[in-house]
Amino acid sequence: MIKMKTLSKKRKMYALVMRCLMWLAAGITCALLLFMISYILWRGLPNISWQLLSTKPSYLSNSIGILPNILNTLYIVIATLVIILPLGVGAAIYLTEYAKNQRLVAVIEYAAETLSGIPSIIYGLVGMLVFCQFFSLGTSLFAGALTLVIMNLPTVIRTTQESLKTVPQSYREGAFSLGAGKWRVIRTVVLPGSVDGILTGCILSVGRILGESAALLFTAGFAHSLNGFFEGLNSAGATLTVALYVYAKEQGEFGVAFAIAAILMILTLIINLTATLVSNRLKRRIKA
Amino acid sequence: MIKKHNQKQLIETLIHGIFLIFGLVAVGCVLLITVYLVISGIPAIREIGLFEFLFGTKWASTADNPSFGILPFILTSIYGTAGAIILGVPIGFFTAVYLAKAASPKIKAVIEPVVGLLAGIPSVVYGLVGMLVLVPVIRVIFNVPDGTSLLAAIIVLAIMILPSIIKVSVSAMEAVPKEYEDASLALGATPVETCFRVVVPAAKSGIAAAVVLGVGRAIGEAMAVMMVAGNVANMPSLFESVRFLTTAVASEMSYSSGLQRQALFSIALVLFLFIMLINASLNLLLKRSKEK
Repeated sequence: MIKMKTLSKKRKMYALVMRCLMWLAAGITCALLLFMISYILWRGLPNISWQLLSTKPSYLSNSIGILPNILNTLYIVIATLVIILPLGVGAAIYLTEYAKNQRLVAVIEYAAETLSGIPSIIYGLVGMLVFCQFFSLGTSLFAGALTLVIMNLPTVIRTTQESLKTVPQSYREGAFSLGAGKWRVIRTVVLPGSVDGILTGCILSVGRILGESAALLFTAGFAHSLNGFFEGLNSAGATLTVALYVYAKEQGEFGVAFAIAAILMILTLIINLTATLVSNRLKRRIKA
Repeated sequence: MIKKHNQKQLIETLIHGIFLIFGLVAVGCVLLITVYLVISGIPAIREIGLFEFLFGTKWASTADNPSFGILPFILTSIYGTAGAIILGVPIGFFTAVYLAKAASPKIKAVIEPVVGLLAGIPSVVYGLVGMLVLVPVIRVIFNVPDGTSLLAAIIVLAIMILPSIIKVSVSAMEAVPKEYEDASLALGATPVETCFRVVVPAAKSGIAAAVVLGVGRAIGEAMAVMMVAGNVANMPSLFESVRFLTTAVASEMSYSSGLQRQALFSIALVLFLFIMLINASLNLLLKRSKEK
């Protein structure tokens, strides 16, 4: 180790300045983090009540409830996952197990990367044009779910692909040598070995769905009516995030908005923790 | 026996085909989005005139004699993004260096998940906090009549791009081989000099990718900006209410019709072209950093 005393003044200054800058930046970041988290919880938690969580908005009693929004969020998450799982996992299986043409693989991967860079407002616009108008689904949760499927496809493909790659080649060879066909090998050997990657992809997608607003505003609309699952998918409805926007920007109901923000932040925290846990397992396996 | 074999073969081919179709869905989606945006964006541009549309300085879509110039939106988006980068990148960069090379494992184990949380918080939540904290603060400090302004949008965007800049830069710097650092330390460089003169240059394309990613995030953000920027179609100025490309689309979509609606699609097309340009450079940078 070098002794600081023996350094020239200039080098000492350089080290000091850079170190200060690093601390300053890290300090600012931490302060921002602390402020965001504590401010949202401080403003939001007192506004969360059982009544808010378990009722729908009512003009008669002049009260606001977010139960319809909670249910809408749940419906849209379920619908999106149901569609995206076969699509994303299938695409990943094709890329890692079947594809022989490297150029085609490059094209598909490039397409997935492009999709992940497109801003959500453009998804909203195209979703509105294609799903709501062209396929005449109208403004509905289902149209919103389809839009979200396209948005989250890259995430599911990437995480599934990563975990498919970790299944040792020898497992596949062993199964093949026992006479199993390709599909059987994938179904019984490869897929069970990559459940954690698929799970990570799903959790990350749920996180993005929870946070999405711009893509849903024009595709899923902003109604607050209470519906069952299938009925709900066919009608317009605001998810929690869209409801936050509507309450804050259009109605000035900041108490409700902060309550939703606090709920969303807690959900994000839970999702991040689970995703870290699952992907840590995955990483351990990559190392092993 | 042969029949059964044939059947099995058929099923295998069928399944191969199904997975191929699944794989092509992503490509189909990109094509779909591109084609739809071009088809629905071109008519208005043709009617208004490309030059008039891109460089017109007045946007009055609902006036009796409507004019559709989106230069204010383009400039606002560019200024806003540039501002967010100027503000966010230094903070993100130095934090990333600290996390990657200087922080003790304990501190790192605390800060990294929290940065992840910051990345996961929905953009409307940033908008909400910006609306209720930042906007009033700007109004009081700078003594302007209304705090909703380009400055508020820049600050919110800078905070929003921080997590992705930090994450990508940290992983770029952690990928630098340990031998580089050892060699630099052995030659008598201090740890700080090693960080900034060896590790950072070695990770520079990864860090550049982080910045480009931030640019993409900032230019594409709609809802948070909508809540703090005020949404008036002014030419950009730091303390005035402004409208971005994204918010121009979002704010009029619900009640637009006819040429106005088509013009909104044209704005989306312009935004899409910007994003494509950014994506292409991002891919180039990532490829370069991978080759290393």
